[in-house]
Amino acid sequence: MQIIQLAAEAVTQVSQVSGNLGVLGYGLAAIGPGIGVGLVVSKTIESIARQPELAARLQVTMWLGIAFTEALALIGLATPFIFAA
Amino acid sequence: MLLLTAGFDPFTAGEGEFEPPTIGEFYPEVIAFEGTPFALNRIMLIRLLVTTLLIVLFTLWANRFRKSTATGQFVPGRFQMFGEISLNFVRKSIAHEQLGEKDGDRFLPLLTTIFFIVLGMNITGIVPGLNIAGTSVIGLPIILAGAAYVTFIYAGVKAHGVMFFKNALFPAGVPKAFYVLVTPIEFLSTFILRPVTLALRLMMNMIAGHLLLVLCFTATHFFVLYSDGAFKAFGLLTFTFGFVFTLFEILVAFLQAYVFTLLTTVYIQLSLADEH
Repeated sequence: MQIIQLAAEAVTQVSQVSGNLGVLGYGLAAIGPGIGVGLVVSKTIESIARQPELAARLQVTMWLGIAFTEALALIGLATPFIFAA
Repeated sequence: MLLLTAGFDPFTAGEGEFEPPTIGEFYPEVIAFEGTPFALNRIMLIRLLVTTLLIVLFTLWANRFRKSTATGQFVPGRFQMFGEISLNFVRKSIAHEQLGEKDGDRFLPLLTTIFFIVLGMNITGIVPGLNIAGTSVIGLPIILAGAAYVTFIYAGVKAHGVMFFKNALFPAGVPKAFYVLVTPIEFLSTFILRPVTLALRLMMNMIAGHLLLVLCFTATHFFVLYSDGAFKAFGLLTFTFGFVFTLFEILVAFLQAYVFTLLTTVYIQLSLADEH
């Protein structure tokens, strides 16, 4: 009985979503970098599988690529503070 | 220790209510010299502590190294070995790898300083009792990014003179008409976005990590102490998450130090590179 009540409560709460739109914005901002980092890493893995002797150098490039891509998500995280004023 | 944990007291924070972490985490109360530019809070104290530790460590390492070269006893102890391996990591696999031996050694002091400051300040984020990274407030990242910014411009100007700015802003091999489009983009990415992203990347990684940890452990606190029945089991789950994230934060601390140093090196290398 209690569970049904809880479920009903949850449904009513979801149907009247309120809160900060920024949360949604950050979710959107994280999609691109997420895909980007995935691509960088997957390509690095493929390359290392083809040429294992280059692994060390490829990994350095991979970290660089991740750092550049990830910056976008982190800028997204910073925007609320920048535009707060 | 009491001083260091002031500003966050888990036992008075929200009795019986779940309080998610806020950005206030990074503005702990000032504990000394309030109102002056030297106001000390707990993050500042952590930074001073880390700086002192780094100075002591490196003085010890340097002294022992000097003594060993003077006496001719070259077999290092375990402590000395640790220091020399970590110093060699920056030298060999960052500086020499990207810049070559000559230029690598030229910029090595800055790179080593950046690496160990960032690493030391990051790792306090998971040290029990300290629990916040010295780099999670923008001041320190800005200083480090500023040092990197000045250095790569200096390296470029030293190597190419005024041509450095011309090469950076008007890359060769682009049709003249496109410079209208290319030059502003190059200016933005080289002279504005580089230092900004260096500082932001470091700070935001540390902020996100700290907030995640606080969220996990305040949730554990709430579930175990204030929730009833089966919900207490969630406490175990959130505690496990917190533990795993702590391990992840160790990795992030090293990774961010590495990435910050590597990017500085790459920027210097791009400035030194001959015109293509």
